[in-house]
Amino acid sequence: MSHTIAGVATRSPETLTMASALNAAIRDAMTDDPTVVLFGEDVGPLGGVFRVTDGLYAEFGETRVSDSPLAESGIVGTAIGMAMYGMRPVVEMQFDAFSYPAFQQIVSHVAKMRNRTRGKIALPIVIRIPYAGDIGGVEHHSDSSEAYWTSTPGLTVVSPSNPADAYSMLREAIASDDPVIFMEPKSRYWTKAELTLPVTTAPMASAVILREGTDVTLLAYGPTVKTALATAELATAEGLSIEVIDLRSLSPFDDATVSASLRKTSRVAVIHEAAQFGGYGAEVAARLTERNFFYLAAPILRITGFDIPYPSPKLEEYFLPTPDRILAAISRWEWS
Amino acid sequence: MSLNVESTRIPTVLAPPPLRLIDDAGHPVDESQTGGFTLPDTATLLSLYRRMVIARRFDVQVTALTRQGRLATYPSALGQEACEIAAVSALDSGDWLFPTYRDSIALLTRGVKPADILASFRGDWHSGYDYYEHRIAPQATPLATQALHAVGLATAAKLKRDSTVALTLLGDGATSEGDAHEAFNFAAVWQAPVVFLVQNNQFAISVPLDKQMACRTIADKAIGYGMPGYFVDGNDVAAMFAVTSAAVDAARAGKGPTLIEGLTYRIEAHTNSDDPSRYRNAADVDVWRGRDPIERLEKFLLSEGALSEAERASIAQEAEDTAAATRECMTVQAVVDPLELFEHVYANPRPALAEQRAALAAELAEDSATTAASTVTTDSTATTANTETDARA
Repeated sequence: MSHTIAGVATRSPETLTMASALNAAIRDAMTDDPTVVLFGEDVGPLGGVFRVTDGLYAEFGETRVSDSPLAESGIVGTAIGMAMYGMRPVVEMQFDAFSYPAFQQIVSHVAKMRNRTRGKIALPIVIRIPYAGDIGGVEHHSDSSEAYWTSTPGLTVVSPSNPADAYSMLREAIASDDPVIFMEPKSRYWTKAELTLPVTTAPMASAVILREGTDVTLLAYGPTVKTALATAELATAEGLSIEVIDLRSLSPFDDATVSASLRKTSRVAVIHEAAQFGGYGAEVAARLTERNFFYLAAPILRITGFDIPYPSPKLEEYFLPTPDRILAAISRWEWS
Repeated sequence: MSLNVESTRIPTVLAPPPLRLIDDAGHPVDESQTGGFTLPDTATLLSLYRRMVIARRFDVQVTALTRQGRLATYPSALGQEACEIAAVSALDSGDWLFPTYRDSIALLTRGVKPADILASFRGDWHSGYDYYEHRIAPQATPLATQALHAVGLATAAKLKRDSTVALTLLGDGATSEGDAHEAFNFAAVWQAPVVFLVQNNQFAISVPLDKQMACRTIADKAIGYGMPGYFVDGNDVAAMFAVTSAAVDAARAGKGPTLIEGLTYRIEAHTNSDDPSRYRNAADVDVWRGRDPIERLEKFLLSEGALSEAERASIAQEAEDTAAATRECMTVQAVVDPLELFEHVYANPRPALAEQRAALAAELAEDSATTAASTVTTDSTATTANTETDARA
């Protein structure tokens, strides 16, 4: 991969995985802005357990890329102090469920500092959380924790589903003065795309229609976008036209794009891996219904993980939403 | 089988006497007993005395205001002045302080106005001063969380090659929290220029220290992290200042963090909503009243001939002026704007919040219209309120 020389992009198209796109986004942000620092467990010489930070330690040195003690509250808590002193920390939680020790720091301080201080203290922190399952991880390595963060005012919560968005959204997240929970779907780290960097996709706060359709709108994000697209493909054989929207930003929620699609198709299903009860899909269904009730031909469906702890690897195929399960759910709507 | 806790514990080792430079009676401690620390000069001690007297008067005044129902709550620091004032006095103006909810007198001493300190306890806003002007983080309510912020800020300063030091205040209860451990460990590993000052006031609301920890002193814990720890008489402001200043100097010189325990006592209740007679004896409180940090220094200064009656009266007057200013600020009701609810949640405006803001504005307009309609039009205040609300909407 070629690099930016004296501010002039001299790059050519290359095949990037989502992991390498994220890596490039951090590298470019660190090159452009000396206040960007990166730390967390194993992000240094090892390059992160998913290699997202590969080579950054060698390139930027220990003052800007550092391995921290193994303590997630400490990682987020110290990031707060660094941000107060003018830095833009990018920190990693390594695995979804490992973020829970940092819950207090994220919810009580990261999310609230701007509000508590009447806007005087901004915390431009990006908390990267590799999340969700479908990689055969053992327990505590496959959680989808988005509902905890999206129900916390003050946080921005986003999740890319492809390499181009991964690059563009991470650059925007690092540049944002709001703290961002950046949720990286682990099962999509190896998704490839041909890209010429730097790439700018849609604004981070917006949902994107990935596939046009007229009969049903499927709402997905992160790991389930691929599932939704596969569902739409299968459905064409049955003469069903499915529109697929990648939400990208979970908080804020792009009401305008999604409501417009709903008013076109009149049928909506939300797909996520996290448990259903009290989950993110419940919020989506409720707010869409409140705004668009008379445009709906059927109740908004949620096709999600079951209301159980994330299962062990040999059972996860029964847990995850699949195209068949989505099509079966849709077919139970009354179609006239 | 029942577990016999006593027999399974490592035998308790008696805590050493805390480091002090001036004893309970106001006499200087022999230099052979002070671990190399020496008494601050007279000018410094006078300044510490003045700051403690003013802080005490403020604290007593605010507690009184709480009892009058004019503040929602106030956690008193009565009896802890030596720790609080030493902490602030050891810092340079460029250093940062990371206080807890109990550390209002430290804020006062660092120059924050009473009205701004009390913004939170009055319920006007969560926190009410200029953090960057005073270099004081918002007072933290979650325990020990701010210690990590201090470590982060100090590390950032180190990375930028600034000479900034961060000093964070903790209570004894906070040292039971995981974040205290993480902060001590991060600071030691990163050699962060940070000072941890634990005010061991011996109670975490109602829970006494021996139900909080099983080791001799909090200062001992420093050994396990690989940093110096000092067990200091928290009612001896001379010792607290000497040790804290040395720790700040060491941090600034690149020698990393220090953990200081000031052994003191919370004379008042945890807050006004707490009844301390349920968990401690009045006799114990009396013992600690007899170890008052201000009286101790006053005795010393008087015996040294370093504090004149005129000076003492002048300081007392300054304290009364501070109390008067504190009462005065309570007579001015802060103007709260309901629509400000939506102002400081995100840097980037959100459509959904704009919708909620508009809904509240409509409610307010409707309320004031109703008020105006039901009020005789000669009532000019109602008309004014209505106009203001409309203007905001």
